[in-house]
Amino acid sequence: MANRPQPRFPEPHTEPFWEGAQKGELRYQRCNEDCDDPVVFYPRHHCPACGSDDLDWQVSKGEGTVYTFSVVRQNRMPGFIDLGAYSVAYVDLDEGFRMMSSVVGVENPTEDIHIGQRVRVEFEEQDEGEYPIPVFRPIEED
Amino acid sequence: MAQERQAAIVGIHEYPLRVAPGVSAMNIKVDSIRAALDDAGLKWSDIDAIYDAQDGEAGGGLQLAAYLGVRPTVLDTTQVGGSSYEFQAAHAMRDIAAGKCNVAVLSYGSTSASNRVAIGTGGRGGPATWATNMESPYGATLIANYAMVKQRHMFEYGTTDEQFAGISVATRHHAMRNPEAVKAMTDLQFVGVNEITPQDVLDSRVVADPLHLLECCMISDGGGALIIASAEVARGCKKPPVWLIGGGEATKYRENGGDITTSAGAQSGPIAFGEAGVTPDEIDIAMIYDSFTITVAVCLEDLGFCPKGEVGAYVEGGRLAFDSGEGPALNTDGGGLSSNHPGMRGIFLLLEGARQLRGESNSQVPDASLAVAHGNGGLLGGTHTGGTVILAKD
Repeated sequence: MANRPQPRFPEPHTEPFWEGAQKGELRYQRCNEDCDDPVVFYPRHHCPACGSDDLDWQVSKGEGTVYTFSVVRQNRMPGFIDLGAYSVAYVDLDEGFRMMSSVVGVENPTEDIHIGQRVRVEFEEQDEGEYPIPVFRPIEED
Repeated sequence: MAQERQAAIVGIHEYPLRVAPGVSAMNIKVDSIRAALDDAGLKWSDIDAIYDAQDGEAGGGLQLAAYLGVRPTVLDTTQVGGSSYEFQAAHAMRDIAAGKCNVAVLSYGSTSASNRVAIGTGGRGGPATWATNMESPYGATLIANYAMVKQRHMFEYGTTDEQFAGISVATRHHAMRNPEAVKAMTDLQFVGVNEITPQDVLDSRVVADPLHLLECCMISDGGGALIIASAEVARGCKKPPVWLIGGGEATKYRENGGDITTSAGAQSGPIAFGEAGVTPDEIDIAMIYDSFTITVAVCLEDLGFCPKGEVGAYVEGGRLAFDSGEGPALNTDGGGLSSNHPGMRGIFLLLEGARQLRGESNSQVPDASLAVAHGNGGLLGGTHTGGTVILAKD
């Protein structure tokens, strides 16, 4: 089990995202205007490409590629002190949005994670708090 | 090309101690302002503009004027992290040119070391926002954020750890010639206060892959002040003026599909160089925010010292040392890596740039005539700012 910091509310932009996490959905937004760059992430009340407030929530298939990562060896924050070396990554989801997350389920994060690796989301239950945290696990390559 | 020479750095002071228990940040600011005014030959009552990054116990701007006891006609509280002072210097240059003020004060004070502030490895507090609610569950320390940029740079361009280490080697070379930096490293209990090799950097422990300890700046106390004055005032000051001839500012942030190896400097740099009418290959002194080796590497590229992705080959062979004969000389005070980093290093970039152009550096480059000060504030791999200022000898 894990004890990561929980999102905190009220915070109106991100509330629908975290309600999605409780249902096992990785949500992102799309702009309904005829817009050059319609994928919106992190959650907002407007489209940063065109300024429109006409956005819809979508559910990602949850598969993507590691854009970059680091393995944290030292963090003084509660919830991470006892975790040992853990990864932080930017993952590019196939729908075109980039999110910060962690790649889990590898024996040695320094050796076993690499840029370009295919990963799939899973929702990690926490010791305390009602929101599971979306993290990524490498997709087994045949 | 003739540049506009309407505003100049006329007074400078760097607070000498990096561990100053029992001293307040406001004391550091005020002591530094007094010393910088004295350096310029100006009086307390000459101050008519305050630029403040909202540091110090009294809070920013409004409270600083009250604490100092001055009535400025310009009050600028730009706070954009470590590059605040490059933004403020550019604003002072603009405000003086517009006739809004004549004697501008920029100051900084911090007791990060004495207060044991874990800047790189602690959490980031504050209220929940649209961005923190998406990132705080993952424990991305500040160092990990910069490390992700280095990881991608190595992947995309083949830059090696040894090449990055050359940046640490150059700044330590300069720090060993700066008595205040030597005392800083001693007081902060560095392991080995001496010149270092690339291998020393690679042998230091990894804090967040792929960043090693000797690629990370220190956490110190400290601060300083600088006085920027109009040409008319500058001509009556004690020391030769160091002219501000170009300024640029920009911001950058995480974007879907964005290139993490390019910083805000790619926007602020060309604006500043364009205004100054000079090019990177004319620069003698590169004062570039060395929070980490990767910050310098990315910013050297973005400012145009070399093409994107080629910084590894560019820094190889030690060209960044003040005595390499090649130049530009990087962070000749020892930088954040080996001299001074209380949290917002931007002011020290301007202070050492001014020392070089006055001929007062401990690692003086003969006939140095042009310097660039480039600050990077915030998170290089996330939301950050870039502020670029070009300085010229009188």
